[in-house]
Amino acid sequence: MPCIEARGLRKTFGTTIALDGVDLRVEEGRILGLVGPNGAGKSTALHAILGLIAYEGELKVLGHDPRTQRDRLVTDVSFVADVAVLPRWIRVAQVLDYVAGVHPRFDRARAEGFLARTGIRRSSAIRELSKGMVSQLHLALVLAIDAKLLVLDEPTLGLDILARKQFYDSLLNDYFDRSRTIVVTTHQIDEIQDILTDFVFIDGGRIVLECSMEAFESRYAQLMVHPERVAAARALRPIQERQVFGRSILLFDRADRHELAALGEVRTPSIADLFVAVVDHGAGAPLGAAQ
Amino acid sequence: MNTQASALPQPSVPGQPAAPAPISAARRLYWSVRRELWEHSSIYIAPLITAAVMLCGFAINSIGLPRRRRAVLLLDPLQQRIHIEKAYDVAIGMLLLTALLVWLFYCLDALYGERRDRSILFWKSLPVSDLATVLSKAMIPFVALPLLVFGITVVTHTGMLLIGNAFLLVNGLAPTTSSQLPLPHVWLTLLYGLAAMTLWNAPIYGWLLLVSAWARRAPLLWATLPHLALVAIEKVAFQTSFFASLLTYRAMGWTTEAFALRPRGGLLIDPLNPIAPQKFLASSGLWIRLASAALFLGVAVRLRRYRGPI
Repeated sequence: MPCIEARGLRKTFGTTIALDGVDLRVEEGRILGLVGPNGAGKSTALHAILGLIAYEGELKVLGHDPRTQRDRLVTDVSFVADVAVLPRWIRVAQVLDYVAGVHPRFDRARAEGFLARTGIRRSSAIRELSKGMVSQLHLALVLAIDAKLLVLDEPTLGLDILARKQFYDSLLNDYFDRSRTIVVTTHQIDEIQDILTDFVFIDGGRIVLECSMEAFESRYAQLMVHPERVAAARALRPIQERQVFGRSILLFDRADRHELAALGEVRTPSIADLFVAVVDHGAGAPLGAAQ
Repeated sequence: MNTQASALPQPSVPGQPAAPAPISAARRLYWSVRRELWEHSSIYIAPLITAAVMLCGFAINSIGLPRRRRAVLLLDPLQQRIHIEKAYDVAIGMLLLTALLVWLFYCLDALYGERRDRSILFWKSLPVSDLATVLSKAMIPFVALPLLVFGITVVTHTGMLLIGNAFLLVNGLAPTTSSQLPLPHVWLTLLYGLAAMTLWNAPIYGWLLLVSAWARRAPLLWATLPHLALVAIEKVAFQTSFFASLLTYRAMGWTTEAFALRPRGGLLIDPLNPIAPQKFLASSGLWIRLASAALFLGVAVRLRRYRGPI
């Protein structure tokens, strides 16, 4: 059974189309990155998965319909929106008490263990904590919940690079195993490229690319060439070309790496490079689409 | 990347975490009500401050008590009781007034504040249904506040009695007797009055909670302006105040419906007015009001289902 299965998912806010027929299938045990520009529909998609909004189309999460079976679903799903959602008035000890009081899968000792590694005091109110501490606290709560699906919507927004790295390290080392599924959106996609198993590009409410990391690494190649060899490289039909310090960088989809290596330096691109090539129709002309 | 997977305790069936001990609905409700009391500490702090102020005021006032008591003792027993009980009634009135303000602001903030500070996304990530959440928030005006008012009144009255008696004894007068001031009877009447008021006002609390779940801004205005506008339109257009008297009856009707007589001017709980639970329970108005309260709460639950941060 796939963890998430969506077919023809649609959501409109007035005349704005937030989701325009999204088909998505996420198998159990995957870590999926949802990548898209602001307003692409990422958060709307996550909110539909969590049963927080009404939508059209078919959607099954862990075999449940989020619209009608949200109360059953919510025990098996954890959710971290940006760091601002922990109520500012609550104290650390109170939030631990409360989650332990209402969540059957919450392991309080585990959460206390995570908190012991931080400087967060039990008696502090959330409003007294720094942004980084609030996200550490939220992560400690979520990591102590034995959920099947974890949904992270910009979980590291506003955090410095050290706090972001710590966040994803804990996520991977202390939480993830093959029986869990994680769906994450972030603007700092390069930072989590190494932990993803799959990624999806979403733009204008539609999925524009769906790819596993294995396929990504074998399929896409980035070539850096000297000006004299650019013409030869262009003949291999790159999907994008850009100039950096007088050298051309070309992005190829399903090109022969040996052929490319003869022309210059071949690297695996970052997801961000591919994202710019696929989604940014303004600045970086998508040659692949034109040809 | 998944090397640590083997180090973690493996569930018995892969992908199927072992069934956790279920959490009863009552336990979720209990923690949710506690959460409300953490967030809205004014629920108990405001009445406690009122009680403290009342006790201080009574203590100052008690300096003249021996002189007044000598005059009161010349009256017949019924008049004695009315005079002595008056200060205790005022305490009830002040505590009720405080509670009414707390009621109003609590109800309007209950389902609005969590959307305004975005914490609704956190609460909704936990397995507490919208029904349980709305019920836990309704527990505050329907159960917690009446009980708090009752408890604090009992403590305040006891304090007043002790202070008053101390002043009387020092001045060589006999302490207040239970026939001059039948406190247990006053308390029982108060308890009944609080229950009647809560049941009678149920649709008001329900309406306030509904507005707080619905409004995108200014819930106080949305909750009150439509009513005031109707009163104003009626007054201007027809020079009548039918709607205004209807509103007054809605808010204060329990004082006439739940007791045998009309209360004396200004008193919410008239200790000499016999209670009339049969009359109260037989009034069709009460049952219509309870039904509309249930309807309003039901709508509030539905509204919260798809409401997000504002």
